[in-house]
Amino acid sequence: MRYALFTGCVAKGAARELYSSTIKMAESLDISLDEMTSAACCGAGVISEENEVLSDSVNARTFAIAEDKGLDIMNICGTCHGVMKKAEHSLKKDNNLMDEVNKVLKSGGYRYRGRVKIKHLLNILVEDYGLDKIKEKVTKSLRGLKIAPFYGCYIIRPSELSDLNDPDNPTAIEDLITALGGEPVDYEGKLKCCGFPYVMMNKEGALTMAGKHLSQAKEKGADCVVTPCPLCHLNLDPYQPEIDKIIGKRLKLPILHLPQLVGLALGIKPKVLGLKKHIIRAKIFR
Amino acid sequence: MIFSIQRFNPEKDTSPYFQDYEFEIPKSATLLDCMNLIKWTQDGTLTHRMSCRSAICGSCAVKVNGHTLLACKTQASKVIKDGKVKIEPMGNMEIIKDLVVDFGQFWEKIERIKPWLVPDESEKPEKERYQSIDDFRKIDAGSTCIMCASCYSDCCSLDVDKGFLGPTSLAKAQRFIHDSRDRERLSRTGEISDKGGIWDCTHCGECSERCPTEAKPLERITSLRRTAIALGITNNIGARHVKAFVDSIAHSGRLNENILPIRSMGLFNISGLMSLIPIGIRMMMRRKNPPIIHKPIDEAEDVRRIFRKLRKG
Ligand code: SF4
Ligand code: SF4
Ligand code: FES
Repeated sequence: MRYALFTGCVAKGAARELYSSTIKMAESLDISLDEMTSAACCGAGVISEENEVLSDSVNARTFAIAEDKGLDIMNICGTCHGVMKKAEHSLKKDNNLMDEVNKVLKSGGYRYRGRVKIKHLLNILVEDYGLDKIKEKVTKSLRGLKIAPFYGCYIIRPSELSDLNDPDNPTAIEDLITALGGEPVDYEGKLKCCGFPYVMMNKEGALTMAGKHLSQAKEKGADCVVTPCPLCHLNLDPYQPEIDKIIGKRLKLPILHLPQLVGLALGIKPKVLGLKKHIIRAKIFR
Repeated sequence: MIFSIQRFNPEKDTSPYFQDYEFEIPKSATLLDCMNLIKWTQDGTLTHRMSCRSAICGSCAVKVNGHTLLACKTQASKVIKDGKVKIEPMGNMEIIKDLVVDFGQFWEKIERIKPWLVPDESEKPEKERYQSIDDFRKIDAGSTCIMCASCYSDCCSLDVDKGFLGPTSLAKAQRFIHDSRDRERLSRTGEISDKGGIWDCTHCGECSERCPTEAKPLERITSLRRTAIALGITNNIGARHVKAFVDSIAHSGRLNENILPIRSMGLFNISGLMSLIPIGIRMMMRRKNPPIIHKPIDEAEDVRRIFRKLRKG
């Protein structure tokens, strides 16, 4: 198995442990990765708020890079993934846009043909790799651990672009947790918005939102939360001390990136997976 | 099948509770058909709203298994999970009785965006004010809203801040702001750029997901943000954030997470900048702060070229 890895900016910036844990997990699962070092930021839905064609062009360029490598794309950020799926959708349904964008890409030597498949690590693990094979690779079962999935908006909405079977009732993360030996925690907030996109504009709102979901997870007995989106992680982990103040209680809920959780079950050391880099460190993973 | 329906009568009950009704779904019945039959054959006190029964009037929206939808547009068999369906009143509004909620604040927010056309009175057309097909297309989607409040009910931003105008008003605002016959585009866009307006939406996509028409509020909000930036209404954190973000990618192909929050807050926004300090320190302590030396992507020049070519102004 080989993929063109799109890291996104956050895995190279404020959540570098997402990048390093992805590499370690992939090594351990014999998934080989070809990192697209010349791909630009997906735009996170923000570039398109200034200029839609620009956003589509930048993403088409990334798709073309993967096509030149002859590999499908692996996203490790839920937001990047959702934004790319949207760009793919716009480009494929509108030939004029496709031509316009390819004209722009031409001087750089790129051309998007509409062939590359865009996948998120979550789907790669659950579908391409397969849960049975993952189970065989587990050396340090997560038995006894209650884990709350936090999906993130861009993986499930809009549902017509989501890769999950039933985006209003998804089970992909739960199935993965079970395969790793852990116990998934069901709570209302798992499909809701983390609040990160507007933490600059309305901090109180963003942190109240996060606090609501995390409190529910905690009440249901969660030992930790796992998310396939590093932007959710950024609102739920580094801001957690401020969230605690808003909701008036100490949550102490570690927020893991997906490959960190898988890595733990594969027997990779917590330190190697970057768990010490989180603001909320967990005793359970020492 | 079990219909688990939330009940609440403020004259008797201290808090809402669920009541289970056992009911066999008639062939091809809608959820509204079932609710009506339960009311008519089992419990006359059950209260819900409805009128057209054909997804036009917008009165029958309820929360079904946690997500809001039109009961008359939904096949009952489709929402049964393990022999059961949970029906609750809409969210973000006060309950009047059972499944009936108070639309007061909802309508007040619609009125606030002045949902009427303000044409140029100095032009006196002989008959009507014409629009080209292209101009009409800009407002067509937004005009299809049936005011069912499904979007409003599931909006995550409203859930934590009732000061937010909400998806329905903003979708309606787009319909007038982008109307070629309206002359208040600038002042209207200015008003919805303030606190509680377009920049207080998190992009969660719930509104568009629940919307039974083509109105799809998130798409309308995104286009309003583009308009606000194009009109130069940028003296707010939201618009500065977009500018700073795009500038960063235009420069190195990658987001500079150290500069972005500072430029978004604005260099003269002292309290805003101060609010960034605790999280900055916390992240530095764990060496979680983005690298101080910002490294461009490979082939950054090609990306710069694309930005120069497509970015106007
Ligand atoms: S996308 Fe914005 S308006 Fe729509 S539900 Fe989410 S926060 Fe509300
Ligand atoms: S925008 Fe859609 S969901 Fe919202 S009130 Fe209008 S029709 Fe209903
Ligand atoms: S009864 Fe009119 S929309 Fe459902």
